[in-house]
Amino acid sequence: MKYFSQLKAALFITSLIPIARLGWYGYTSQLGANPIEFITRSLGTWTLVFLLITLSVTPLRKLSGWSWLIKLRRMSGLFAFFYATLHFITYIWLDQFFDLGSIYKDIFKRPFITIGFAAFILLIPLAVTSTNAMMKKLGGKNWHMLHRLIYPIAIFAVLHYWWLVKKDITQPLIYAAVLAALLGYRLWIGKFNKKLASSV
Amino acid sequence: MLIKKSDDIKSSEITDKKLYLSRREFLGASSLSLGALVAGMAAPGLLLSSHEAEASTAIKLGNLRKSPLSTSETLTPYKDVTTYNNFYEFGTDKYSPAQLAGTLNPRPWTIAVEGEVKHKKTYDIDALIKLAPLEERIYRLRCVEGWSMVIPWVGFSLSELIKQVEPNGNAKFVEFISLQDPKQMPGQRSSVLDWPYVEGLRIDEAMNPLAILAVGLYGEVLPNQNGAPIRLVAPWKYGFKNAKSIVKIRFSSTPTASSWMKANPNEYGYFANVNPTVDHPRWSQAKERRIGEFLKRETLMFNGYSDQVAHMYKGMDLRKFF
Repeated sequence: MKYFSQLKAALFITSLIPIARLGWYGYTSQLGANPIEFITRSLGTWTLVFLLITLSVTPLRKLSGWSWLIKLRRMSGLFAFFYATLHFITYIWLDQFFDLGSIYKDIFKRPFITIGFAAFILLIPLAVTSTNAMMKKLGGKNWHMLHRLIYPIAIFAVLHYWWLVKKDITQPLIYAAVLAALLGYRLWIGKFNKKLASSV
Repeated sequence: MLIKKSDDIKSSEITDKKLYLSRREFLGASSLSLGALVAGMAAPGLLLSSHEAEASTAIKLGNLRKSPLSTSETLTPYKDVTTYNNFYEFGTDKYSPAQLAGTLNPRPWTIAVEGEVKHKKTYDIDALIKLAPLEERIYRLRCVEGWSMVIPWVGFSLSELIKQVEPNGNAKFVEFISLQDPKQMPGQRSSVLDWPYVEGLRIDEAMNPLAILAVGLYGEVLPNQNGAPIRLVAPWKYGFKNAKSIVKIRFSSTPTASSWMKANPNEYGYFANVNPTVDHPRWSQAKERRIGEFLKRETLMFNGYSDQVAHMYKGMDLRKFF
């Protein structure tokens, strides 16, 4: 692709808009009556969005035939980690203000926090092994095995949202539907490939 | 020169008035489905910003009595009280009620008192407001979600109304029923809760001096998004107990399941007293964030109203009767 580096740079800048927007809202006092809730939710939803974008790279690449798409996957995955980290820090710092006792209780007693925390912990090894050097060190096969963690992570992230809402599950349902489509596509392709392999 | 006559438009081409008037509904419905697609990824926290409070045009309620039951704590700003609302009749997002409640028409309005009372009666809202002198009651409000406010309500003791209608011996519970009209309350087109919104109190709770029917806040007529024209305020209970836009008050011998109890009986009980030691099954109730403050504060038993209400629950297992 001709303008790949320009495209990548543009996407990098675009991916920073959510955090810039929060900064702007904070500066112009548009974060509403409960700014900490607003920031936490916003960072959480953007984490989910970037997780789903990361998971849509492979289907899009297969459907469109644009092989260069794969080169954008790492950046998108790292942005998911970036927003997840900010979401986690917001919880620890702004929401709980380092009250370790209540954070500890939350993580072990509140299923929606347990599962969100698990998703975040599982993201860490993926971020750490995202460099070319680490890829080489692990070897392609191991690296791929490890990075399949993205599937449970995405499922956990959707459940984390689902279990948090009081009653109206419309939003979590939308994310769940998109995730189901992305994972379903993989299962379907997998079956199709197996059939193809057995027919040869 | 040809001058067109007005009857050039055939009557068959004139849109039926009813159809014409409903064009917005059609547009609304089609843009809603389109919007749902576009908004697929746009969760409330993603694109929505909080909105400026509209300039206050509310009518002042004159000559308010002060009350010894008021707290002297710092008031939550008017803007926050009137833009951060849980009022599912206008959407489940907290900023929606302030934007959408314009469709609610609080006049004319009647409140029917029925059931186990001597004087069944339908009150006009303007007559009901004159039932007792209006008082300012500055109360803490603790939402079951873990945030709180301090709000200067305007209203009168619920007991004033109860005394006037004279409940009979069978009256053990009081039910508060909110308006059901999807035209005025667009959120009711969704079945997120069982409409109409229903809440209830035990008769002794309803007679407690703290329980009021509020018709205003900040010295002004109650804004639509806060439950106009009349709502319940029982400050020792979680906010959802305070039924808004009430059209019916019914006295009965048995308790009725509230809308939230029907929605999730494990999470929401009949009493819903603020209690830091009994957690919501999914989150802790030990602390709360006072709107406008950074650090969370400890939640107080009965929201700090133990002296006034604790005696009503003596001997009750509050873990069981949550």
